[in-house]
Amino acid sequence: MSRLVIDPITRIEGHLKVEIQVEDGAITEARCTGALYRGLEEILRGRHPLDAQRITTRICGVCPLAHSTAASLCLDDALGLSPPRGGQLLRNLIYGANYLHNHVLHFYHLALPDYLPAGALPGALSPGTDEDRRFSQQEANRLAGHYLEALAVRRKAQELVALFGGKMPHDMAIVPGGVTYRPTLGEVAAFRFRLKEIMGFIETSYIPDLLLLAERYHDYFGLGQVGKLLAYGCFPLEGERLFPAGVVLGGELVPFDPGEIREGFAHSWYSGDGPQPPWAEEAPPAPDKAGGYSWIKAPRYRGEPCEVGPAARAAVGLRAGTPEFRELAQDILREADVPPDALSSAMGRHLARGMETLFIARAMESWLSQLDLSAPVATEYRIPQEGRGQGLAEAPRGAVGHWIEIKGRVIAHYQVIAPTTWNASPRDEAGKPGPIEQALAGTPVSGDGVLEAGRIVRSFDPCLACAIQ
Amino acid sequence: MATEKGQKVVWFQAAGCTGCSISLMNSSYPDLVNLLLDELVPGKGITLLFHATLMGPTGRPALELLDRVPREAAGQYVLVVEGALPTGHENFGRVGEVPMAARAAELARKAIAVVAMGSCASYGGIPAGAPNPAGCIGMGELLRQEGIGVPVINVPGCPPHPRWFVETLVTVLARGLPAPEELDDAGRLRNVYSGLIHEHCPRRPDFDVARFAPYFGEQGCLYELGCRGPFTNAACPEHAWNGGVNWCIRAGHPCIGCTEPDFPDRFSPFFRKLSLEEELMTYRRQG
Repeated sequence: MSRLVIDPITRIEGHLKVEIQVEDGAITEARCTGALYRGLEEILRGRHPLDAQRITTRICGVCPLAHSTAASLCLDDALGLSPPRGGQLLRNLIYGANYLHNHVLHFYHLALPDYLPAGALPGALSPGTDEDRRFSQQEANRLAGHYLEALAVRRKAQELVALFGGKMPHDMAIVPGGVTYRPTLGEVAAFRFRLKEIMGFIETSYIPDLLLLAERYHDYFGLGQVGKLLAYGCFPLEGERLFPAGVVLGGELVPFDPGEIREGFAHSWYSGDGPQPPWAEEAPPAPDKAGGYSWIKAPRYRGEPCEVGPAARAAVGLRAGTPEFRELAQDILREADVPPDALSSAMGRHLARGMETLFIARAMESWLSQLDLSAPVATEYRIPQEGRGQGLAEAPRGAVGHWIEIKGRVIAHYQVIAPTTWNASPRDEAGKPGPIEQALAGTPVSGDGVLEAGRIVRSFDPCLACAIQ
Repeated sequence: MATEKGQKVVWFQAAGCTGCSISLMNSSYPDLVNLLLDELVPGKGITLLFHATLMGPTGRPALELLDRVPREAAGQYVLVVEGALPTGHENFGRVGEVPMAARAAELARKAIAVVAMGSCASYGGIPAGAPNPAGCIGMGELLRQEGIGVPVINVPGCPPHPRWFVETLVTVLARGLPAPEELDDAGRLRNVYSGLIHEHCPRRPDFDVARFAPYFGEQGCLYELGCRGPFTNAACPEHAWNGGVNWCIRAGHPCIGCTEPDFPDRFSPFFRKLSLEEELMTYRRQG
């Protein structure tokens, strides 16, 4: 039996260490360590509630919209605000653009080098190994070309965010009650033509490249599975949501109840008794705690570790989503020649990410055509003496939740549970490993296991700055 | 290709959010490919040795690269740091088991110079907000505490505009390290951070006639909504963001002062209008 530490896991956001035990050609056990603590929730305590909007946006530079969106929903709830339709459309367009940037970046720049031959990319970008490379030289050249092209595509997606959201990273225009900016007609046109270019790339490069990867590495649909899936849903518009909320347990869709979320810290570097509900959580950092091995806490739904992210959204969407989503998802599953239950796997996550990129880009075209530039985009706010709020959304990498308690017009408590908190969580009070730990265990490996572990871990698109705020 | 004789660069990430890297990836003319492969000034470009978000190798080979640099390339590389340095406890942040602050100091000790990319690496930034739970500090402060005399150039912003990094980079490539008088009191290149946002703000005419926006999304100067443009050195109005398509104030959001030392605490609560006394004090502090 050999124990191997992979640290740093590169080509993800932030600081993640993964430790694997390999025995008789398979990973028998894995541990995920989130290696950075900043304490942003503590920093929020005692501040003006609206500061949470700007400070939590800065939790993550890859998906700041995850937090600006969750914070705005959380503050809308606490302040009793309901954004006007125009404000909601603009929020959705800004947030959608963040998905386009994120998924293109993740597929080409973070994940694809795991499959490209060494030397396919220049200098430090070059993949570190030539193990298990299955593309022909011609295919590898084409994919490497798309890697470079995708740099410009994701930059354009960031320009989309900025056109309506002010700037990127760390968008500014989303605020409680709506947005701060009503774009001009010219800016709407500038948005539309950039979106069209990005859509072209998604249709003619991203999806075909993804299907090629899925074909060559079809066995990865059988690796890195989790099975328990959770989605909070997102992109609301007039009572409907583009992605519905739901929990898939044992293949069955169960309604989602946010009251069932608890965070534990049995193996996390925090003191305090767990598991606790997010609104009342008290868990000061305990960096020397015996038995702790991660700064990530262990969120659980009815005591179960759940995978969140594109696979969860697709699993819920296939059962309860819009007809457009179901049709698109079924088409792509058919083209990849896999059943729906293959989504929660190392290759299934990539497939789910690709299908929703296309789906969101199409939804954005529709939202754009519904914009009314003469309508108000925000409602006025007043800070209550006391209040509570909950903001649930979907970050590109999965379910994100913010909870606030206001006392004396300042923040008494702020809690964030981010997607990678779910996915990369350590063992909990009951000893159950987190989803990535589960996904790694049982994986057959050809060499030391770094290759397979890297591919599986990256399929979750981990973001450690989000996981531990 | 400038990679063979390019200036070696090590990009080290600490207590940050990768937003500074993403911002640099938004650069156009030069874009990321130009930055990595091409001459940026006549005869000079860069050779990127390490960047955890973009590099191919992972795990031990990546860590060995980082370990080898101070030994094998001492005095030959520029260290770019993204993120603050946690000093409150050595377990608050580690890379390859070693505390981030110790690793950053070790890398800085053998570097030609340190470029602190972003407000976290420059001054501590968001994670250093009160009560600064992880004891986060910027690179300048870390090097003072460790007695390391390597020069530090700050490129603050949350994140910085890619142009400010590019301006700083090409200035150093073309002319070498800046003389002390080329840096302002906050350690920024004067030619990059050359004035207050308020001085070049397109909403300045509104301020001058006291036409203030009463609420988000409305016309007028954003001062009464809490704008820190009068106290913030940054070229946002001149450059605008993301290919020049927009920026905070143009998008109706008050400036929150993200390029200044002591951000966020100096300006928090962000949406509170500063009183005249505070305003005068700030002007006086800045001379």
